[in-house]
Amino acid sequence: MAESTMKPPKKAFHPIAWMREHLFSTWYNSLLTVLVGYLLVTSVGPLVSWVFLDANFRGSEPSDCTGAGACWLFVSQRLNFFIYGFYPDELQWRVDVMFILLAVAFVPQFIERFPGRKWLGLFGITGLPVIGYFLIPGGLFGLETVESTKWGGLMLTLILAYIGILASLPIGILLALGRRSDMPIIRGLCVVFIEVWRAVPLITVLFMASVMLPLFLPEGMNFEKLLRALIGITLWQSAYMAEVIRGGLQAIPRGQYEAADALGLGYWKKMGLIILPQALKLVIPGIVNTFIALFKDTTLVLIIGLFDVLGTVQSTVTDPAWQNVAVEGYVFVAFCFWVFCFGISRYSQNLERKLDTGHKT
Amino acid sequence: MGNSMTEQTQTPETQSAPSSQEDKPDIIRVEQMHKWYGDFHVLKDLNLTVKQGERIVICGPSGSGKSTFIRCINRLEEHQQGKIIVDDVELTDDVRHIDTVRREVGMVFQHFNLFPHLTVLENCCLSPIWVRKIPRKEAEATAMEYLERVKIPDQANKYPGQLSGGQQQRVAIARALCMKPKIMLFDEPTSALDPEMIKEVLDVMIELAGSGMTMLCVTHEMGFAKTVADRVIFMDGGEIVEEAPPHEFFSHPKEPRTQKFLQQILQH
Ligand SMILES: Nc1ncnc2c1ncn2[C@@H]1O[C@H](COP(=O)(O)OP(=O)(O)OP(=O)(O)O)[C@@H](O)[C@H]1O
Ligand SMILES: [Mg+2]
Repeated sequence: MAESTMKPPKKAFHPIAWMREHLFSTWYNSLLTVLVGYLLVTSVGPLVSWVFLDANFRGSEPSDCTGAGACWLFVSQRLNFFIYGFYPDELQWRVDVMFILLAVAFVPQFIERFPGRKWLGLFGITGLPVIGYFLIPGGLFGLETVESTKWGGLMLTLILAYIGILASLPIGILLALGRRSDMPIIRGLCVVFIEVWRAVPLITVLFMASVMLPLFLPEGMNFEKLLRALIGITLWQSAYMAEVIRGGLQAIPRGQYEAADALGLGYWKKMGLIILPQALKLVIPGIVNTFIALFKDTTLVLIIGLFDVLGTVQSTVTDPAWQNVAVEGYVFVAFCFWVFCFGISRYSQNLERKLDTGHKT
Repeated sequence: MGNSMTEQTQTPETQSAPSSQEDKPDIIRVEQMHKWYGDFHVLKDLNLTVKQGERIVICGPSGSGKSTFIRCINRLEEHQQGKIIVDDVELTDDVRHIDTVRREVGMVFQHFNLFPHLTVLENCCLSPIWVRKIPRKEAEATAMEYLERVKIPDQANKYPGQLSGGQQQRVAIARALCMKPKIMLFDEPTSALDPEMIKEVLDVMIELAGSGMTMLCVTHEMGFAKTVADRVIFMDGGEIVEEAPPHEFFSHPKEPRTQKFLQQILQH
């Protein structure tokens, strides 16, 4: 076991050699390289000029859009509505505070050596929602109340997605554990819950939550539409999450359970310390997939009259004052979703790499 | 196959260890124990008394119920009839009894079953910290002691996936010992290992036997059995067929089934 002083040989990087090896190694590889290059040049060029070079950034009126490219004035003029919905202008600082806190908590997660990023992440999933709970609706500590019917735009999208993601993971874990429980009643309840929620389209869930639920609830117990939608989304999402996690639980070899039992760990310690850390790590791609799907599915709240970022854009592109701005509007929405979903995806890849302890059982 | 190999692992102090446990108290009592898997009668009327500090080797053909038997002793498997009493606690459905017994009984598996997401040191400290509620510092110190005893203190911060099979099995032994158990169960601890790693694991087990630990060991390492066992138990078809001190067991087996088994295993 003596330490060797020899280092592995370093591989030098030569661009020409690299290209020959990777792009032109065979005749069909060369053909493919040329073809893809041609497609890139012909499609990216016009796109870049539409988005940037010929686009209109200056001015404030629809008539200022004179160039051949995109009319971004439309987006910048309506940006306030796209981000805050009907949230009163003078109170929007409260939402801004939340945006900043969100960035403070999660942007450092992408920087490997950021000091204390673990604590910031922890704050992001504990303190942040609590602060948001008091700050956004107001009503306490002398903050003016803002009805949830006035919330909208990107802010609403983020609220729906964030709470849906945050709540569905623990509920999903409990459901998955319940479905594999030895106790028949618990197992039965979990199976019924999962199978019922999973078999219903989200649109139906939202519709039920907003239209049907109030009919069944006793007088005076009616709570806000947004909250009902949130509960619907969370429960629906938990059912999916449970199945993803169950897949991970099933992949853990029986020997791990037995070793934990033999060491005297009780059920919750066995699950919390041994089984779940391994199972969740295995299904990170599946969990992230579910998160991203949820993020995009929040757009369905339009059906019950809530205006998320897509809803706000959709309701303005038909404004007769602005002609032919639909494409710009939807590109903006697509960009918003892409930024967040890509962020989630990148973070999960970092996490997978970090958690990989290079082993197979 | 490991027969010739383990012959060399004899060490003077364990060879001469006196096997006079007559005055010691019973630590395991198995009485008329039966177990079924569905309709299949795996264990039939087993009776066994183990005294504190006794070293018992269990052998027998594949499928004879050896694993099932020792897994009943820490309730990884449930028996359906008869009694199992470990350190004065009877194993029943009562979860508290099961927990008490598991705290006193360490187990080493054929396939190690280390926790791959934890380092070697964390593997060893986990149960002392969470089950015995020992402060982390203290648990780590104890773990390092045992890792030294199994001769791999330098691997403490590696993950199990970075170790060889023999090293992993020695970590598994250290992990079980960190709970300071009164009894150690081994289920074919060397049969998943390459020949050159068998010896390093057996050496650790021989050293452990010399320290007075009560051991129940399922193994086909006959050299090990001759060296350390106080009694050898031969199982076949779910029954204990023969039970004798090693010198008697190997030189004058009484039952024809034992004779046949020994012939087969010693032929290699
Ligand atoms: N979970 C189970 N369900 C049904 N039958 C089982 C189960 N586990 C083991 N058996 C059967 O019980 C019998 C005894 O198995 P056991 O694993 O105890 O044998 P063993 O003596 O340890 O054999 P080996 O030397 O191959 O490890 C075998 O016939 C096996 O097929
Ligand atoms: Mg076995």
